[in-house]
Amino acid sequence: MPPPSRATADGRPPSDPPPDPPRAAGGPKNTRREPPGRRSIRHRWDQRAAPYVFVAPFFLCFAAFGLFPLVYTAWLSLHRVELGGAAEWRGLDNYTGLWDSEFFWNALANTFTIGVLSTVPQLLLALGLAQLINREVRGRGFLRVAVLAPYATSIAAATLVFAQLFNSDYGLINTALGLVGFDPVDWESSKWPAQIAISVIVTWRWTGYNALIYLAAMQAVPRDLYEAAELDGASRWRQFVSVTVPSIRPTILFTIVVSTIGATQLFGEPMLFGGSLGVSGGSGNQFQTLSLLMYEKGWVTGALGQASAIAWVMLLLLLLAGALRAVAVRTRRRKG
Amino acid sequence: MHSTDRGLTPGRRRSTAVAALVAATAVLAACSSSGSGSGGSGSGGAADGGTVTLRIGTFGSFGYDNETGAKLYAEYESLHPNIKIVESNVADGQKYWDTLKLRLSRDSGLADIQAVEVGYIAEATGPALAGKWVDLGKTGGADLAGFLDWKTKQATTADGKVVGLGTDIGPMAICYNKDLFAAAGLPTDRAQVGALWAGSWDKFLDTGRAYRSKAPEGTAFHDSASGLFNAVVASEPVQYADAKGELDYRNSPGVQKAWSIATAAATGGITAKLRQFDEKGTWNAGFKNTKFATVACPSWMTGIIKDQAGPENQGKWDIAPAPVAGNWGGSFLAVPKSGAHAEEAAKLAAWLTAPAQHAKVFAVNGNIPSSRSTLTSAAVQDAKLPFFGDAPVGRIYSEAAAGIRPVPISRWDGQVKTFLTDNGILDIEQRGTDPAQAWDNVRKLIDDKIAK
Repeated sequence: MPPPSRATADGRPPSDPPPDPPRAAGGPKNTRREPPGRRSIRHRWDQRAAPYVFVAPFFLCFAAFGLFPLVYTAWLSLHRVELGGAAEWRGLDNYTGLWDSEFFWNALANTFTIGVLSTVPQLLLALGLAQLINREVRGRGFLRVAVLAPYATSIAAATLVFAQLFNSDYGLINTALGLVGFDPVDWESSKWPAQIAISVIVTWRWTGYNALIYLAAMQAVPRDLYEAAELDGASRWRQFVSVTVPSIRPTILFTIVVSTIGATQLFGEPMLFGGSLGVSGGSGNQFQTLSLLMYEKGWVTGALGQASAIAWVMLLLLLLAGALRAVAVRTRRRKG
Repeated sequence: MHSTDRGLTPGRRRSTAVAALVAATAVLAACSSSGSGSGGSGSGGAADGGTVTLRIGTFGSFGYDNETGAKLYAEYESLHPNIKIVESNVADGQKYWDTLKLRLSRDSGLADIQAVEVGYIAEATGPALAGKWVDLGKTGGADLAGFLDWKTKQATTADGKVVGLGTDIGPMAICYNKDLFAAAGLPTDRAQVGALWAGSWDKFLDTGRAYRSKAPEGTAFHDSASGLFNAVVASEPVQYADAKGELDYRNSPGVQKAWSIATAAATGGITAKLRQFDEKGTWNAGFKNTKFATVACPSWMTGIIKDQAGPENQGKWDIAPAPVAGNWGGSFLAVPKSGAHAEEAAKLAAWLTAPAQHAKVFAVNGNIPSSRSTLTSAAVQDAKLPFFGDAPVGRIYSEAAAGIRPVPISRWDGQVKTFLTDNGILDIEQRGTDPAQAWDNVRKLIDDKIAK
């Protein structure tokens, strides 16, 4: 769902292509006619050090904005820290406090349900969309750009527009429902309608992004597989299920992982959708996610220790999800 | 992922390298500029050639500026040629305070004078932040006797340091829509309207029920049960804190009374079920679309009504005394100790909050001053607001101010108020939650969020 760079927030660097390996000493050296000596030593140093100098900015920034916050947050989560005050050792109290807090479990459940409500339709839609654009349609280039447009829209702009559409009193959606004869829906104050509305915003924004990833993977599927399937009399649907989906399975797994990370960190959409009540996720916390709870604890009530504990629990949940995935892949491989 | 990076052509490789270099430079630039930015903006008052630049941080509208305000900065600069004043203003008071707290904790990025709202003054005088401020009772030469006693007391720390000088206060009245009152068969003259509910919030509810029985289609008596809750609490001698300034909302008669009045209004169909200052503007739009007949109206609310109702509603609104006098809002000016020009800043703060300047700000911006002599001056007493049919706002609000009793406040007041209104009253009003259940929810929320 989110761009891979968002993963750095968890301390995982995005999977950048590895830097070019230093060139073997053979090539260019031979073509120059320079006496060996100081210059060549400098040259060798240059060749050795240059790659590290080039990658250094990323790692320096990562240390400052990725690694240090990670460690500092861990330290904070073991203390009672008030914004502006001194830290006081609390051990694991912040974590056991979360275990006993119904607001934490409520936020965890909301994060999970909104995550499922947004990720599942999103990936299925993306798969269908990619399949459609993958075929020879007129104006494919335009379609591909159009599919990516929501992803390029800012969260704030998109959410504010959707909040207007979902407005209970004068929103377009309730008006349309009224024309068909339905009662107006309380899109904000009722629990499930609110979670569905937020999921719609997330789905709208990320479907195109995932569709493009699927499209790239689909174009790498060898054509002869389809020809063989066609010879065997497979329908288009059959080809999709039996050839396309198995061929792009690694990509699907990748999008599931990225979407799960994004769903766990869901913040901007519910925050802005809720308007003035955004941070508490509605008057009854009906759509407060873990990120919102963390924000509320840290910046509204100033309990930095508890907020840090939530941040670490979120990271541990993601690591757990990652481990489950790895186990699943391994058992599948062993079976295959 | 498929490893597609192996087969790069030389051309691609070069462009990748260039891109990497550009990105690296950009990242470096971003790192370094943010570093120097946050370090450099700390003092802000570099003295060049003898002139001192004083920065003042405010939220909302203080009415000091040279454009739409009372031009006090220009006046002070002409009195003190070596001083230059720069104001940075933020609209949202809560965000302003959150940022200010963070900067105070790091002694960095602070303005020389910082405004503080009354909802946060107890936190500013509390143990975590009290040491961060200059004692304005000793520095700057402010005449503390000129202020209302309770105003200065609110900004005084346990050991007697005065960290803030009073700007305005928020004496409360009720603003009402004359057309709607007439349509519902209620009186429209402000004295008669005030007599409908004088002395008791229960009478205010009764008036609401009378309005409801003859209400014009699509309107409600009051805008929001949360607003009513705040108004009732503001008029009570015991609010969220006990006499020692410790949070004790559960045993507070004021909170209990406000809760029962507000829940009665919420479940009795008297309110328009709106949230005040809602970011989506539904409440704002309610003024223009005439969705409700009354609003609890601290002095600073008159400007909001004027702006939101718009010129087409000129003369339709009027102001009557509240059932019980109370104070809702108001601010202070404070001087952070770490500033490079704390002495000069304290002098400016004292000048800005002196009675003469209070009167000038009131004349332009309508802020009810917190100095005794200005409250009784002719300029305030005779002031009228054309938008409200020339209602004598000066007299109404200074009479309300005379009835204000000092109230102990705790550092959690603002937060507890938000939970009680947004997660309690509004939940009853909009989602039909049972009031007992809603109180239980709020209690758990406060226990959970306010760290022990």
